[in-house]
Amino acid sequence: MTMLQVKDFGKRFTIHHLGKTRQAVEHIQFSLEQGEFLGIVGKSGSGKSTILKSIYRTYRPDEGSMIYHSARYGFIDLTDATEREILYLRKHEIGYVSQFLNVMPRTTSRELVEKALLEMGATEQAAKIEAEKALTHFELDPKLWDHYPNTFSGGEKLRLNIAMATVKKPRLLLLDEPTASLDQQSKIKVREIIEKLKASGTTLVGIFHDIEFMDGLCDHVFDMQFSQDKFVKEGVIDES
Amino acid sequence: MHEEPILQVRNLNKQFGNGCTHCRNKVDRQLEKNYCPICGTVYACQDVSLDLFPGEILGIVGESGSGKSTMMQCLYFDAPVTSGEAFIYNGELNGLNVFQLSPQKQRYIRNHKYGMVYQNPVNGLKMNFSSIGNIAEKLIAAGNRHVSSMESTGNKLLEHVQIPLFRSKEEPQNFSGGMQQRVQIAKALSNNPPILFLDEVTTGLDLSVQANVLDLIKQIQREWGISMIVVSHDLAVIRMLADRTMVMLNGSVIEEGLTDQILEDPQHAYTQRLVYSLL
Ligand SMILES: Nc1ncnc2c1ncn2[C@@H]1O[C@H](COP(=O)(O)OP(=O)(O)OP(=O)(O)O)[C@@H](O)[C@H]1O
Ligand SMILES: Nc1ncnc2c1ncn2[C@@H]1O[C@H](COP(=O)(O)OP(=O)(O)OP(=O)(O)O)[C@@H](O)[C@H]1O
Ligand SMILES: [Mg+2]
Ligand SMILES: [Mg+2]
Ligand SMILES: [Zn+2]
Repeated sequence: MTMLQVKDFGKRFTIHHLGKTRQAVEHIQFSLEQGEFLGIVGKSGSGKSTILKSIYRTYRPDEGSMIYHSARYGFIDLTDATEREILYLRKHEIGYVSQFLNVMPRTTSRELVEKALLEMGATEQAAKIEAEKALTHFELDPKLWDHYPNTFSGGEKLRLNIAMATVKKPRLLLLDEPTASLDQQSKIKVREIIEKLKASGTTLVGIFHDIEFMDGLCDHVFDMQFSQDKFVKEGVIDES
Repeated sequence: MHEEPILQVRNLNKQFGNGCTHCRNKVDRQLEKNYCPICGTVYACQDVSLDLFPGEILGIVGESGSGKSTMMQCLYFDAPVTSGEAFIYNGELNGLNVFQLSPQKQRYIRNHKYGMVYQNPVNGLKMNFSSIGNIAEKLIAAGNRHVSSMESTGNKLLEHVQIPLFRSKEEPQNFSGGMQQRVQIAKALSNNPPILFLDEVTTGLDLSVQANVLDLIKQIQREWGISMIVVSHDLAVIRMLADRTMVMLNGSVIEEGLTDQILEDPQHAYTQRLVYSLL
């Protein structure tokens, strides 16, 4: 079953005070099946984050379509779904994780994960149990559970971010350079996490500048270098 | 899948002054600011439309004078609109333009459907009544008659907003700004309204108190599922609270979108200046 099909997608930014319009990406096409993992690679500024943020609708898409298979709405074009529909999908179906933690201040790790669950309608009791499970699963030191994350290391913030996104059991998870600025040990952990998510059937789109690190996990690689082309440029990593 | 808003506003106009031949015609009205240079009429809100959905927080940002408070005051019937419609989809009033209802009906809406937290606590509280008395006043307006139950409801609310019980008989004029806002919030919640208006609730409070009030609002949204319109000129407040955001300039809505989209991919030149701190 096709989970996400991006067709002829384009996005430009107009900066009024500079009087400039920049085409960030155009003619982007790819599609992925349920449970697959698509890696996006390309040089800095080539538009990788722009694609992910447009899927999540943090950016307003300009051209093309992005057909997502929703549990609630069926096939829905994310480029023209209503804001309320997008809010629902973010709450229940589509997760976004970057290396940056963007959360309510003065809220502990435990509360943040619990909130993610409560938002979906979990009971306090269930949220408490599930939150602890997730924090354990993603190996956040229990010492940190009742601390505010602003002092956490990059790896700790990331694991908390992933815990918050994955307790919702998203159908589609978007990862924007989750391994940037992590040491080797933490990177290996992220790889393990992605393996676990894949095993549980989550569909993933991820940006990695060291895609080799995802060897054997990625089902497709989308190279921005070829995206200017009108046609599908979707390679599969040579497994040999 | 169609979702019903709980509050729907269409083409709300509010002007101060009668207008002149230069400015009266909406189509010809090309004001650089929100007032007519010839007759001085202020067009404080111009064709403001919005949908507020159940359980969401709608943010409204805009510079000083852009018409945010005026819009809230019109919705709360503090000031009559010049023209426009508003509908509440919550029980018996469905489909009626509430701006055209009788003053009694409008009072009924204020007492049963709305809570309001004013920019200036002086407008929302009787400063020389006790805090619990302020809440009781609203409870009585909402039809409560039992002194003992009012007292326990009031105390529960004050506790909820972290006003120590031993201070509940004190007048808010002795309270700090943050405490006054929290008493206003308790009062606004006392009739258990489905819709809450918050006008610059954290403006003028110091940072740690701000965080405290913002936490409280988030918690109320989560636990009570109340729909809220939150007005602020502070983008940090909007970022933290609002699901969706509208941007106002000179009385008009110039842009609306998901809050993170407004902040990360602003479309309108004014919104860009606001977000990139070029103002
Ligand atoms: N919010 C924005 N406003 C204006 N321009 C933007 C915005 N976001 C991205 N761009 C522009 O779009 C282009 C693509 O940027 P994007 O962040 O998608 O690149 P990227 O491939 O993710 O790069 P990196 O590897 O450095 O993260 C760049 O020219 C960038 O300046
Ligand atoms: N009673 C009144 N008579 C005349 N003009 C008024 C009156 N009340 C408000 N205005 C004008 O209407 C416009 C909108 O004011 P309003 O208070 O709604 O702005 P605001 O967006 O809430 O600003 P702030 O961020 O400073 O609170 C302003 O130009 C103001 O001067
Ligand atoms: Mg990027
Ligand atoms: Mg105001
Ligand atoms: Zn005039």
